[in-house]
Amino acid sequence: MTVLDHRHLAAVPGWLPGATGPRSDPAPLLPDASPVRVLGTPALDKADPKLLRELYRRLVVGRRYNQQATTLTKQGRLAVYPASTGQEACQVAAATALGVDDWLFPSYRDTLAVVSRGVDPLEALTLLRGNAHTGYDPRAARTAPLCTPLATQAPHAVGLAHAARLRGEPVVALAMLGDGGTSEGDFHEALNFAAVLHAPVVFLVQNNGYAISVPLTQQSAAPSLAHKAVGYGIPGRLVDGNDAPAVHAVLTEAVENARTGGGPTLIEALTYRIEAHTNADDATRYREDAEVAAWREHDPILLMERHLRAAGVLDDQLIQEAADEAEALAARMRAEFHADPELDPMSLFAHVYAEPTPQLREQAAQLAAELAAEAEVHNR
Amino acid sequence: MSTATSLRTSTMAQALNSALRDAMQADPTVHVLGEDVGALGGVFRITDGLTAEFGPDRCLDTPLAEAGILGTAIGMAMYGLRPVVEMQFDAFAYPAMEQLVSHVAKMRNRTAGRMPLPITIRIPYGGGIGGVEHHSDSSEAYYANTPGLHVVTPATVADAYGLLRASIASDDPVVFLEPKRLYWGKAEWDPSLSVDPIGKAVLRRTGRSAVLVTYGPSLPVCLEAAEAAKAEGWDLAVLDLRSLVPFDDETVCEVVRSLGRAVVVHESGGFGGTGAEIAARITERCFHHLAAPVLRVTGFDIPYPPPMLEHHHLPGVDRILDAVARLQWED
Repeated sequence: MTVLDHRHLAAVPGWLPGATGPRSDPAPLLPDASPVRVLGTPALDKADPKLLRELYRRLVVGRRYNQQATTLTKQGRLAVYPASTGQEACQVAAATALGVDDWLFPSYRDTLAVVSRGVDPLEALTLLRGNAHTGYDPRAARTAPLCTPLATQAPHAVGLAHAARLRGEPVVALAMLGDGGTSEGDFHEALNFAAVLHAPVVFLVQNNGYAISVPLTQQSAAPSLAHKAVGYGIPGRLVDGNDAPAVHAVLTEAVENARTGGGPTLIEALTYRIEAHTNADDATRYREDAEVAAWREHDPILLMERHLRAAGVLDDQLIQEAADEAEALAARMRAEFHADPELDPMSLFAHVYAEPTPQLREQAAQLAAELAAEAEVHNR
Repeated sequence: MSTATSLRTSTMAQALNSALRDAMQADPTVHVLGEDVGALGGVFRITDGLTAEFGPDRCLDTPLAEAGILGTAIGMAMYGLRPVVEMQFDAFAYPAMEQLVSHVAKMRNRTAGRMPLPITIRIPYGGGIGGVEHHSDSSEAYYANTPGLHVVTPATVADAYGLLRASIASDDPVVFLEPKRLYWGKAEWDPSLSVDPIGKAVLRRTGRSAVLVTYGPSLPVCLEAAEAAKAEGWDLAVLDLRSLVPFDDETVCEVVRSLGRAVVVHESGGFGGTGAEIAARITERCFHHLAAPVLRVTGFDIPYPPPMLEHHHLPGVDRILDAVARLQWED
């Protein structure tokens, strides 16, 4: 067996990294020692009050959206709902940091980010209701379909951002992931491709503590998930994911950096999933009530109300307006989901290929015949 | 495409290279990406000279990660480009399987037709070149079992060009399987002939006794077997499927009904393979025209063997002739 002689290789200029020095200095890439915060810090005074009120409003409406959708699962109106309750700051900040021509690549838990992009709240739920895979037009909304396989949408974000840059268009792609997703190979391949291609893409990891039931300590031994960026040669940022103005600020900075040729950024937002993984999960089996209670004290809406009231940015009237808007949305969700959706069985064959294959035409004819026979029995 | 006749003689590898070059010249949205496709021109030289001619943005050397390559191509296609991905070797495509199955194949369907993905995935496949393990798999059944993908495989130099142009022009994703043991076979062909649409089988040899139904690397073997069978009094037709999805039931049934006897030949394993599907389709549609059961001649149901043993695995002329002899069916 040949054994590599590293002393020999080191003599070859540029072969071993040690021979010419590291490709980039890791120090500036390292994430912040503690999460970036705005609420409760002097940075809040410099924040735009209009933006703060907008973030608050979106948080409150988003919370109600999460609650109503969860209730709809209990009534059998949604097949499943992975709530982002407690994570609303990440969701609305993701959307507000993007420009209209930028693209969002959401995971299955990011419905609220999709809604915050301007997608109709009901169209964003078709996947989870079970009547269609993607209810919205991804091109019109500049929003990819909700992605259920973990981290597989991250390389798509890289490819889209790369293509936009090739065309000279100042478009940024934002890929949203969970902590579990950072263990997947596609996450690492996406970071590496983004770094090598210098693609205008931002990765936002919402670290909510658990991948279904597996806690972060069993997910990663890294000092933080943001540290994973450094090995790929891109900067990592760590932010308090329940501090909406902080998430907005860090994301906006990363997005603008990408837009102006600065390349990709990996952001880890520290947050918490107040609800279970989905309505089908029992979170009491793997986490303590005290832990949940502590995070309830660090709730994104609670933090905003406390600090924005103190700063004179928020008053009773604005709080009431946000609550009214939230109730109106919830009422609309209840009303529209109460009716059964109209479904066309023949649509099953409509979008498999641009032109159905002869085999699909035969199967479509078979289904049409079955439907006709059913209708005949029904009309008899 | 021009209609002027301009015959040329080249290998299949050169015809594939011409198809890529012509497609890139014709359409600026066509981008090639993969490992080693740039300076090296691909390990089989299929992308030779493309980076020099079109620049590294159009023919991109990527990091070595197949899921990343295909995933990036998906994003590029979402933004209006027409990526052509090289997977280098059959078994190296498996890391990209999730991207292929969960996203490439389904994106049109997931988005109700709003987001088609015109991606061509070139995969050199099959054995017979003395490759060590992981370099000789025939994975067509995996792809053919995935709704949303077209699966095509050329067996001639002309088809290599024509089918690749058609695949790149397709608005749907195409898994383009290149039989690597045919890469270096030379033939005269006419690039100016119009490109056939995907999904049509072609009769390579007419016959009166029975038909060998095959595709890709097994076509020359079948033609050789048909020649050898003459000595035993069999006049065999040879049908080249060219496309597994969509499947040309019409042509296959027409030939089988007229002859009544059929053998399906491919080199991948038989169990759950494409031959099982083809034999079943023929039986369902042509039962009353059949004088014998539809037989299959395939590789064994084993992991691809070491190269010094591969000739025992690959269906050769003798194994095909043995099956043909069994077509003299009597109850």
